[in-house]
Amino acid sequence: MSTTSVQLPGWINYGVIPLINLMLALFFSGLVVWAIGENPFEALQLLVAGALGRGEGIGFTLFYTTSFIFTGLSVAVAIHAGLFNIGSEGQAYLGGLGAALVALSLDRYVPWYVTMPFAVIGAALFGAACAAIPAWLQAKRGSHIVITTIMFNFITSSLMNYVLVHLLIVPGKMAPETRTFLPGGQLPKLDWLIALFGGKLGAAPLNVSFLIALVMCFLVWVLIWRTKLGYEMRTLGISPSAAGYAGIPYAKIVMIAMLISGGLAGMMALNPVMGASGRLQIEFVGGAGFVGIAVSLMGRNHPAGIVLSALLFGILYQGGAELSFDMPSITRDMIVVIQGLVILFAGALEYMLRPAIVRLYQQVGGGK
Amino acid sequence: MDYFDILISILGSAIRLSIPLLFTALAGLFSERAGIFDIGLEGKMLVSAFAAACVAHLTANPWLGLLAGIGVSIVFSFIHGFASISNRGNQIVSGVALNFVAAGLTVVLGQAWYGQGGRTPQVPAEGRFAPIILPGADAIREVPFIGPLYANVISGNNILTYIAFLMVPISWWVLYRTRFGLRLRAVGENPGAVDTAGISVAWLRYRALIVTGFLAGFAGTYLAIAQSAAFISNMSAGKGYIALAALIFAKWKPVPVMFACLLFGFLDAFANFMQGKSVPLIGEVPVQIFQALPYILTCVLLAGFIGVARPPKAGGVPYTKER
Repeated sequence: MSTTSVQLPGWINYGVIPLINLMLALFFSGLVVWAIGENPFEALQLLVAGALGRGEGIGFTLFYTTSFIFTGLSVAVAIHAGLFNIGSEGQAYLGGLGAALVALSLDRYVPWYVTMPFAVIGAALFGAACAAIPAWLQAKRGSHIVITTIMFNFITSSLMNYVLVHLLIVPGKMAPETRTFLPGGQLPKLDWLIALFGGKLGAAPLNVSFLIALVMCFLVWVLIWRTKLGYEMRTLGISPSAAGYAGIPYAKIVMIAMLISGGLAGMMALNPVMGASGRLQIEFVGGAGFVGIAVSLMGRNHPAGIVLSALLFGILYQGGAELSFDMPSITRDMIVVIQGLVILFAGALEYMLRPAIVRLYQQVGGGK
Repeated sequence: MDYFDILISILGSAIRLSIPLLFTALAGLFSERAGIFDIGLEGKMLVSAFAAACVAHLTANPWLGLLAGIGVSIVFSFIHGFASISNRGNQIVSGVALNFVAAGLTVVLGQAWYGQGGRTPQVPAEGRFAPIILPGADAIREVPFIGPLYANVISGNNILTYIAFLMVPISWWVLYRTRFGLRLRAVGENPGAVDTAGISVAWLRYRALIVTGFLAGFAGTYLAIAQSAAFISNMSAGKGYIALAALIFAKWKPVPVMFACLLFGFLDAFANFMQGKSVPLIGEVPVQIFQALPYILTCVLLAGFIGVARPPKAGGVPYTKER
């Protein structure tokens, strides 16, 4: 009997299967660590201690988590509408320009809490603008969104390179970056949040955008599961032909979904640009857009799952950085391997174990 | 230096820059015509460059390096096939995953083995593919126009360059004149029909992916031990994606693929040449425009403004037999 049509309960679909996939990814990562002659268990221990051991470590972990929540949400919103947005990286990069322009023009005159809403809007608008052309090409001309968003990652990168090197650079400086924003253009640190749990934030750049990310999680949940628009997006994602028969306008939903997706990616820029470095730097996204793909797949495209998997990747990023200090033979790039394996097992191979699990489930006597 | 000399030097460098694109785009041609999207070309290029550099350093033999590059690249093809053919996973997700694994693994292993921050040690001269001087190149160098063109553009490249151009007619012949090619194209358009004819869709697609791995292995090897003499972390630098763009720009056909790669290689060479130079009347043209141009051109093409780019119909869709 075929196993694909068997319904599994939610706790298996959303709990057990992702967990097993994660374990597989970690197992193979452990093999790599073992192959280069280090003890994988010791490495894991160092990694967790580095990420969660002290207040500063937790601060860094949550800082990375913030970025990944934004990009994870960005990928998830597009996936719900059946679109695979690989362009979060570029959209976040352009979003940084939006945030920086707001910060540069307002920081002299107003305090940060006045700048913030404008910066959120600016970042989202620029991110959405970067997604607009691929969205339009998909909606109206049928060009494959995966290809066009990849192309736009590179186009954005060249554009930002030009903007930073020729337009926004501080005259007389070599580094292609804007001037440092005044306090009115920076998002304050969340010292009190860590202090609440008795830790010290130290140099960790955890900032207010963490709270913005959590608010966005809630808003995305409302959008996808509690609004008509979200319902139409999900319908389109599950069955474009059914959506067509139901009179759901394809082009409009594709445009809206991609603009929201791009906007969320753009907001990611608030975290590093206005929260951490206080200036717009070249290549500041640093792959967070691509991590969003892993985060969204791992979190099953649900905001709650995205927060958890963003936290997981935050731990990997921060812990990985600490690990490379303690075990010099393991570089930070180990995280990239783990990330790739997570995408492979949680994404591409997500159905590999399903038949076996279904059989096991039926043997144990469930589903009767 | 007069304009002709400049042109010759740009053309020479354009050829060199387009070779990895050409191998990779032809690699992508086989998998995409068989209905398997392969975003993982970038990763294949990277792992094969790493393997080629390691083995060539170890053995001082470029051919063994090439063999290692091809081998590792085919292994990656099999993982992609396992995920997207056998397990019917999402092909794009699988490709993205393999790109990450490649980018990370090469640096992690490189650092662990050689401790040079992800670089591999310098490959000795005899371990590289050296430039070949074609017969008569020096004799006719002084002949106006044809001489420099022959001596500096056509001659003086390494063997992989000539193999790359040879692969174009071979790919054409395989795709359009052999039974395998016919079936491969059919499986990319209508796998159901191929299945009905009693041919295994999965095995056919696996074979297409082996060819993809084979050709991508050449590309990586070229980067590591022909163009340079070591593996440097992330040395493919997005070339896999440009190759993908070239493949689309060429509308999934082998001979146009060659011209698209030459065009993108030329743009790259021209951008290098224009760096810091100013054009009369316009002033300094930002190099970023040239860097972005391949991608912009591809988007414009995809938008249907320069002819119609029609991808293989079954591309990206895992094949499920009727139950």
